[in-house]
Amino acid sequence: MPDIYLDNNATTKVDSAVVDAMIPFFTEQFGNPSSIHRFADGVARAIKKARGQVQELIGAEHDSEIIFTSCGTESDSTAILSAIKAQPNRKEIITTAVEHPAILNLCENLEKEGYTIHRLPVDKCGRLNLESYKNMLSDQVAIVSVMWANNETGTIFPVIEMADMASNAGVMFHTDAVQAVGKIPMMLQDTKIDMLSISGHKLHAPKGIGVLYLRRGTRYRPLLRGGHQERGRRAGTENSASIVGLGKACEMAMEHMEYENIQVKAMRDRLEQGIIEQIPHCFITGDLNNRLPNTTDIAFEYIEGEAILMLLNKAGIAASSGSACTSGSLEPSHVMRAMQIPYTAAHGTIRFSFSRYNTMSEVDEVLKVMPGIVANLRKLSPYWEGDGPVANPEQAFQPTYA
Amino acid sequence: MWDYSDKVKEHFFNPKNAGAVAGANAIGEVGSISCGDALRLTLKVNDKTEVIEEAGFQTFGCGSAIASSSVLTEIIKGLTLDEALQVTNQDIAKELDGLPPEKMHCSVMGREALQAAVANYRGEEWKDDHEEGALICKCFAIDAVMIEEMVWANKLRTVEDVTNYTKAGGGCAACHEDIEAILERVLKERGESFDPLAAPVEKPVVAEKKPLTNLQRIKKIEEVLNALRPQLMADGGDVELVEVVDNIAYVNMTGACNGCQMASMTISGIQQRLLEVLGEFIRVVPASQMPKLVSIMEAGHA
Repeated sequence: MPDIYLDNNATTKVDSAVVDAMIPFFTEQFGNPSSIHRFADGVARAIKKARGQVQELIGAEHDSEIIFTSCGTESDSTAILSAIKAQPNRKEIITTAVEHPAILNLCENLEKEGYTIHRLPVDKCGRLNLESYKNMLSDQVAIVSVMWANNETGTIFPVIEMADMASNAGVMFHTDAVQAVGKIPMMLQDTKIDMLSISGHKLHAPKGIGVLYLRRGTRYRPLLRGGHQERGRRAGTENSASIVGLGKACEMAMEHMEYENIQVKAMRDRLEQGIIEQIPHCFITGDLNNRLPNTTDIAFEYIEGEAILMLLNKAGIAASSGSACTSGSLEPSHVMRAMQIPYTAAHGTIRFSFSRYNTMSEVDEVLKVMPGIVANLRKLSPYWEGDGPVANPEQAFQPTYA
Repeated sequence: MWDYSDKVKEHFFNPKNAGAVAGANAIGEVGSISCGDALRLTLKVNDKTEVIEEAGFQTFGCGSAIASSSVLTEIIKGLTLDEALQVTNQDIAKELDGLPPEKMHCSVMGREALQAAVANYRGEEWKDDHEEGALICKCFAIDAVMIEEMVWANKLRTVEDVTNYTKAGGGCAACHEDIEAILERVLKERGESFDPLAAPVEKPVVAEKKPLTNLQRIKKIEEVLNALRPQLMADGGDVELVEVVDNIAYVNMTGACNGCQMASMTISGIQQRLLEVLGEFIRVVPASQMPKLVSIMEAGHA
């Protein structure tokens, strides 16, 4: 049975070169980088090197702008909570309706504490309306937080332009760039982005390591206070092995970025084209002209995502779904709802996310099994008859009760 | 991914009785495409014997929804309609060697489709007895609508109250924050504010002053149990009054309530409600603890 991993937006395989780089920091170089004895020898220097590697990948002006955290969620929380603590008179936050739960749930919580949250809606292709964004900006806004690329559809937001607009209005700008870093080139020093979140495990580094980029001069309040690590901006003994691993992963991402934008994109496009050609009643969600090269999110109408995933899994293929049934909630993904994807399709979305470890033959394997999986599930569906959907499915199925 | 039993996987990967039964004379449709779960159950019922001769399903939904539908058709084939109506969602889950708590609604959908199909055959109107809201308590599958109704109806104030009345929050406690949010909202609408340290609900003023006769007492207890029954049945359980001796009500907890780790909490909830309605303290005790429990058969021989 093939073993095909197409869920790289959930997490990635740790690159073996990353593992090799990390191992000495569990064994010989296990010292606390804050100590002065020989066991700490080299650990502090290795962390400095990693800081430089991250700096280079995102084009930060200074390596001191890199703060190591434990994950993307911690970076997101630190950014937003810092902004509101540093500007206690500002009680509004601008974000989007399609952010990762790390931002959405934090904002929902802050709403209960009295903050006003502006959630920018998206159109059916997942695009933001910059005109309404501009109108929301004011001196009441503590921070704008907009993801660089959406984790479900891969849709890229114009964060550089939005950061300019925020800066002109005197508002701090944060971007959750967890899905974008390492996949698209960035040069933060040429932007007005004040803060940016990175998660190690999305770019072939281990889980449990993240970064908050903090532009020099940005007002800041630490989330974790304690020791003086990270210049007092994030207390806690450094996760040195993972930091080293992340540094190595950033270096490798630089090397592979061009490949990912050409080869990985070619695999993704072949998969999309093959599916659309062979399977009726399915479509790609998101902004097709402005997407991450590795991501596709396809809605298969009249069937449900988890059932598709189970059959894919049986065929040795790992993907993911925005369907409610994979999460235990009763609603399909908030991203699909925000794009107003009809219910006939929203429950049946499947995300395939690639990495440089995938191959064209894997794509062909998926294309071999996918039409059969969809056809079999449609055979079971009350919304499908013969070769097509029942007429007007929303109305056709009449439950006995009102 | 969910930890599905081998039985669930077997029924999902090789569903039995998929598709509509030709010439069906009973059809039950529940769910909708917007909910993400829909089931059309078609039955061929022998008009003379009322035996279900054929059963077929068409399901839009996840793996466990398809497996629940498949196993349901297997369970009911060969049963009379009356026998089939005894099938609970717990029976469906049990036949699948269990379902994850978050997926119990799939078995409920199966039971409802069956009830709808039987009603359809008999020319009756079938109404579901629950409204689907956001699932708050995943351990006991309690949704927001039910919690809100209970908070309104019983003037609940604290998470503990909610747990006592609905079981929600009585398991892993992960939903306490969500329950607090509901309490906050409802209390605000009531013009009160939520205080997590508030005392539990006050006992209402006792309406009846005169002591009850035992017959009156039994009738009242039956009324209270009947009112509570839909809640228990929604969880796949039930309660049956066996005997009342002085101020002790002996009950049988059946279905999912039988042997449930929360049974004692359910019993104390019933006790609390009896106190409120009857105005006297009634101890609720499992019938197994009744002195000299005589079965009907033994009684017949006596």
